[in-house]
Amino acid sequence: MLLVDSLSKRYPNGHLALDRIGLEVAPGEILGVVGGSGCGKSTLLRLLSGLEVPTSGTVTLNGQPVRGPRGEIGVVFQEPRLMPWLSIRDNVGFGIRHLPKAERRSRTDEALTRVGLIDFAGAWPRELSGGMAQRAALARALVGRPSVLLLDEPFSALDALTRCDLQDHLLDLWAYDRPTLVLVTHDIEEALVLSDRVVVMQPRPGRILTVATPPLPRPRDRSDPLFEEWKRRLLGELGRASRHRTDGDEAFPAAAI
Amino acid sequence: MTAVTVSEPAAPVPPVASAGAAERGRLPWKDWLIGLVLPLALALGWELAVARGWGNGRLLPPPSRILATLWGLWRSGDLIVHVLATLGRVAAGFFFGVLAGTLLGALTGYLTGARRLLDPTLQALRAIPSIAWVPLFILWFGIFETSKVILIAVGVFFPIYLALSGAILGVDRKLVEVGRVFRLSGWELVWRILLPATLPAYVLALRAGLGLGWMFVVAAEFMGASEGLGFLLVDGQMTGQPQSILASILAFAVLGKLTDGLLAALSRPLLRWQDSFKPEG
Repeated sequence: MLLVDSLSKRYPNGHLALDRIGLEVAPGEILGVVGGSGCGKSTLLRLLSGLEVPTSGTVTLNGQPVRGPRGEIGVVFQEPRLMPWLSIRDNVGFGIRHLPKAERRSRTDEALTRVGLIDFAGAWPRELSGGMAQRAALARALVGRPSVLLLDEPFSALDALTRCDLQDHLLDLWAYDRPTLVLVTHDIEEALVLSDRVVVMQPRPGRILTVATPPLPRPRDRSDPLFEEWKRRLLGELGRASRHRTDGDEAFPAAAI
Repeated sequence: MTAVTVSEPAAPVPPVASAGAAERGRLPWKDWLIGLVLPLALALGWELAVARGWGNGRLLPPPSRILATLWGLWRSGDLIVHVLATLGRVAAGFFFGVLAGTLLGALTGYLTGARRLLDPTLQALRAIPSIAWVPLFILWFGIFETSKVILIAVGVFFPIYLALSGAILGVDRKLVEVGRVFRLSGWELVWRILLPATLPAYVLALRAGLGLGWMFVVAAEFMGASEGLGFLLVDGQMTGQPQSILASILAFAVLGKLTDGLLAALSRPLLRWQDSFKPEG
């Protein structure tokens, strides 16, 4: 269970990026976080990963407070961030460097096979296309078998076709050992294809406006009228979020639809 | 290509052989020959001009006389003595310069405190032309090997220090963050991320430093030496033998090129991953 309690982040310049965020993410749940730019969704992910420390509030994973990066929390960034001097195989094995060589090799190759890059194991990162590099980054995050995988707009730099492919691919990967996924995105369709619940955030200061649980059957069909309907609904929420300005410290209820 | 390979992960295209393929297709010795055309034409032209009496070969001897001088030096064993003396000084100076430049560059690049403390002083010292130290070095260390090696080391030090310090500061923050996600320790961060990330700049600095080492060995040998290629230069001037000066210059050119080539060849396998611009044609 990933628990976020009254999490706030104020940057040294005074900007309040997150204001008392509360969330519960069940094991194996896929949680989408959407919002316009500046709503604090990336900050939220960085706090969850332990890369940044909150100003107040806590993040706990299975009862343990998260105070820095943890082995059971994997992260995929917007860019692949592969080490250009390592082969794809060594990049994927980067996170399990402490394992014995034989086991590292077998787990790395298993991860590479799952993301369909086993034939590129010896290639340099520069030789891969954007989508392939991002799949290598996914393999690197998953090879350590994290119980939580955080994804920060992982597919936003890819072309539409590759993005759809990778969304489906992510679900296949998730199905192996069903980690908790927290996916930050500005793409509502992406959030709807993947998520069990969708959190809509509003900016200035970053707060949760709505938590939606779209009752869509899986696998999700992007052309299903109900899918379309939900897309419209969440788009409306996003519009509401961007118009919304919270003044002062009044408490706010996180509405549910 | 993106869409195709991603939608058919079961049948991937083999890895792209990289731009190196085009390079390998061309014959390397052909490039080499093209580079030789101009100097050979000039040498032959001058040889012909002197032989025909169109030019005066006294101050600028024709290539044949320079080669004859070199051959004579080789036969008498003097060439080897001079070359080894100079090579030894460059090697020692390069070693100490690289050592100091690497240590201080790494320190100031990695630790902000060390940078604030040391960098202003080192930058101020850098502003002094290294040759200006010569009189002081002679006073302090005498006219023999120590002062020569120190002068060369000073010359080698600065490009290495500057490049390494700057390269560490320039390491991609995003890659360092990946290291943090995977909980690399301080030493692991240095070994697994900072070192490989700064290697291209470092290798370039080593080559620049070696070039300066060759420059400063001449200055060092000017200030008094009984052997070495720099001594040969001064000796040629004193005794009015331009062929001796040119023979020494030729030896410098060959040695400089050889050592630089060696350094480049040694570092090439470490830098194969680089995604750099490769001009065509």
